[in-house]
Amino acid sequence: MLLEVKNLNVSLDREEVLKNLSFQVKKGEILTVLGANGAGKSVLLKTLLGFLPYEGNVTWYEKQKIGYLPQGLNQLRVKDLPLTVFDFFSLKNLSPTREELESFLKLVGLEENILSKRAGSLSGGQFQRMLVAWVLVSHPNVIFFDEPTTGIDIGGGETIYSLLHSIWEKEKLTIFLVTHDFNIVYKYSTNVLCLNRKEHFCFGPPKEILNPEMLKQIFGKEIKLYEHH
Amino acid sequence: MLNQFVLTLISGVFIGGISGYLGTLMLSKKMSIVAGPLAHLALPGVALALIFGFSISLGAFPFVILGAILIWILEKKTNLPMENLAAIIFAFGVGTALLILPIGKAEEALVGNITKITSQETFMTVILSVLVFYIIGRIYKKMVLMNIYEDLATIEGVNTSLYNLLYLLSIAVVVALGVYLVGGLITAALIAVPAASAKNISKGLLCYKLSAVMFGVISAVGGIVVTRFIQLPTGPAVIVFGVIIFLISIIFHKKSY
Repeated sequence: MLLEVKNLNVSLDREEVLKNLSFQVKKGEILTVLGANGAGKSVLLKTLLGFLPYEGNVTWYEKQKIGYLPQGLNQLRVKDLPLTVFDFFSLKNLSPTREELESFLKLVGLEENILSKRAGSLSGGQFQRMLVAWVLVSHPNVIFFDEPTTGIDIGGGETIYSLLHSIWEKEKLTIFLVTHDFNIVYKYSTNVLCLNRKEHFCFGPPKEILNPEMLKQIFGKEIKLYEHH
Repeated sequence: MLNQFVLTLISGVFIGGISGYLGTLMLSKKMSIVAGPLAHLALPGVALALIFGFSISLGAFPFVILGAILIWILEKKTNLPMENLAAIIFAFGVGTALLILPIGKAEEALVGNITKITSQETFMTVILSVLVFYIIGRIYKKMVLMNIYEDLATIEGVNTSLYNLLYLLSIAVVVALGVYLVGGLITAALIAVPAASAKNISKGLLCYKLSAVMFGVISAVGGIVVTRFIQLPTGPAVIVFGVIIFLISIIFHKKSY
């Protein structure tokens, strides 16, 4: 057991976002968090990271080295900054050496000459790969990815996920993933946690719990399923 | 009067340099908008100093520092965006200044009086500039990270609230110093313009920082030297120099990208 969450309640601005949530995560699992917009997916991740106040129990059984790729960290944030990719990595607490960086960039499929390019001038896919490297370079054993493929075209998104999957296999990581991509959910997740605001959640392996009715409950009527690719 | 000129030049170099450096941290709109209102908040302090005849620095410092702390507390308590709070502070500064400052004396508060700076004040300027330079150097990387995405900084273990306070206080000190050189109204420009020019020509952080400091110093020295020979107010001349550098940097910007 790595993480146990029991009767978790989280409120933002006096509004209950998460209510009576319980689930467990074992070492080396991939937990996918599903839910409509506003269901509290990012709130859950931030709570587990210790950024938000909560009631209930959140127990980490070992001290973990955590990596986090927040939602909304898109390229617009660095578009106009005079920041090379190397500069961007040097902002980390323990800034990695050039050799270390080059090996991690290679791991995510980037050329080393990218280090001297402006972070804002990379393509969307390159930028996202760079962010994955940014998270990995600190050698975390638990990673939180909050919609890591936002703003990337479908093909690019799939490469990112297969990249994550191969790294996950190699490094025996535990991954918390927020995504809307059902393909990914079925293909890679150990467990799925689905959220909506009405004290209703489901938790279990994707093939067992993700039936059309359950999805209808989570996302509401207007979402037609399996149109995601 | 050579002595006075040397003092002016020394304080100009330091104020120009530190303003340029500090300005490079104002990467986002949210950040860059704070310096202006703080500069205006110096006005009532400057007004009091002029009326009662004490040093402008003594007048400006408490008001600006208080303003910085006020913005910091209000942002924590109210969650209002910094630009809203800054607008309130701005209104307060200009309003109270106009209330108490005799119009005839307004010029000094508006355009600064670095040409009358004393050796004591120059000494203060140098000490404070070096201090702020050190503080900014220490918090620089994490401030950039916070600018990009605050959660990234938090996960790296940065106390974002403390860093914001140090940053605001640094702006406050530089603004109070800048009131000498260019006056309350255009101090913000002294912070923003060199950094903007530097951004135009830089690809990476190091070049950005170095060129912003350099442009700040060149603007200050240029303005001071020119107005020694031509009868013009020094503060505005410094800004004109800054803007000329900016215009030149635009040309290079188009070439390099």
